[in-house]
Amino acid sequence: MKALLALLRRELLLLWRQRGEPLIAVAFFLLAALVFAFGAGPDAVLLQRIAPGVLWVSALFAVVLSLERIFEADLADGALDQLALSLPLPLVVAVKALVHWLGSGFLLLLAAPLVALAYDLAWPLWSTLLLTLLLGTPSLSLIGTVVAATALGARRGGVLIPLLALPLSLPVLILGVTAIDATAVDIDADAHLLLLGAALLFALPLSLVAAPAALRQALEAG
Amino acid sequence: MSLLAVRELAAERGFRVLFTGVGFALDPGSALVLTGPNGSGKTTLLRLLAGFARPLAGEILWQDEPIDRDLEAHRQRVAYVGHLAGIKPSLTPREQLGFEARVREGSVEAAIERLRLGSFADLPIALLSAGQRRRTALARLLLGDAPLWLLDEPTTSLDAEGEAALWGLAREHLAGGGLVVLASHGTVPLAGAQHLALAAVPPAEAAAA
Repeated sequence: MKALLALLRRELLLLWRQRGEPLIAVAFFLLAALVFAFGAGPDAVLLQRIAPGVLWVSALFAVVLSLERIFEADLADGALDQLALSLPLPLVVAVKALVHWLGSGFLLLLAAPLVALAYDLAWPLWSTLLLTLLLGTPSLSLIGTVVAATALGARRGGVLIPLLALPLSLPVLILGVTAIDATAVDIDADAHLLLLGAALLFALPLSLVAAPAALRQALEAG
Repeated sequence: MSLLAVRELAAERGFRVLFTGVGFALDPGSALVLTGPNGSGKTTLLRLLAGFARPLAGEILWQDEPIDRDLEAHRQRVAYVGHLAGIKPSLTPREQLGFEARVREGSVEAAIERLRLGSFADLPIALLSAGQRRRTALARLLLGDAPLWLLDEPTTSLDAEGEAALWGLAREHLAGGGLVVLASHGTVPLAGAQHLALAAVPPAEAAAA
């Protein structure tokens, strides 16, 4: 427990010291969503129609772009060796996923209202959007730890990560978008939200088994 | 009963066999110096002893128990200072050691004092010289009570004062019944240290034949 808090504290300190990186992810999210709006033209009906998909795809890209930093630096400077010597790897993965989410999904959640304004979303859609991001982005961070750990040490890991992460994230994307679409036509989105929650509960144990296994491979090759 | 024993150990890297038939036994309070040309497998052997990887053949025993029964538990017994310092460039030495002290117990201030980190303990590690970074990494040895120290060319970039501090720490650790295994190209002033010379790996064609 003490070790967990120590690692959490270190990771938060590192996140703060390197705060440019999460801010770039947020800026990417905002820009991508706005560029879509410019690309689609000034048709307000069309914009509202495509808004759920555009917002979720932009958020997904922003999260996936930030996956590389989860483990890459720790492998390069030898910190991963030291973590493996003093802490159980599943615990390392859990803390890394949590802090990655704070530096990506959580910040996107704060930035999402800006984009919702740009697309002129009505309030029920707005609140559903925030709920889907709240439930969906932690799954993306958890899936991301598995992908980032798997790509460790691979040449061109930066290219490999999106190739692995995007297909694995599709179920979360589909549930997130359909939840907002359902709200748009006055259908209760509870079922979608529950499924998003279920996806999170599924991703949690899976990543705590799969990511440590991939980290052990990286240590072995180290 | 020896604390650490290695029998008929073989290791590979990139599908090339680096060494076979390596064996030694270390009683509490003894040191082992690994020598051999570049690429002969010193780092690989140290990483096997740390429990980062499993050997190609042979076994590593800690108190007569094979370590691969529980590698995670074995890794807790190890303090490792490798080529990569394992310290974060954006933290200061005090923050870095503070984290390690909270995970492994021990006094940060004593470690800073002992390795004379005082003058740069609050600067980001990114600004430090190679020798200062090496000292910061070595200060880890004072945190926690890991019985097995694995040091990969620990004197690299250290000045005379730093080297003296390192050997002082190693002697105290040995006097307390700990083990030190280190790879080195220089002279190691530890009385009674065993030596193990790893041979150069034959060229790729010969290894394949």
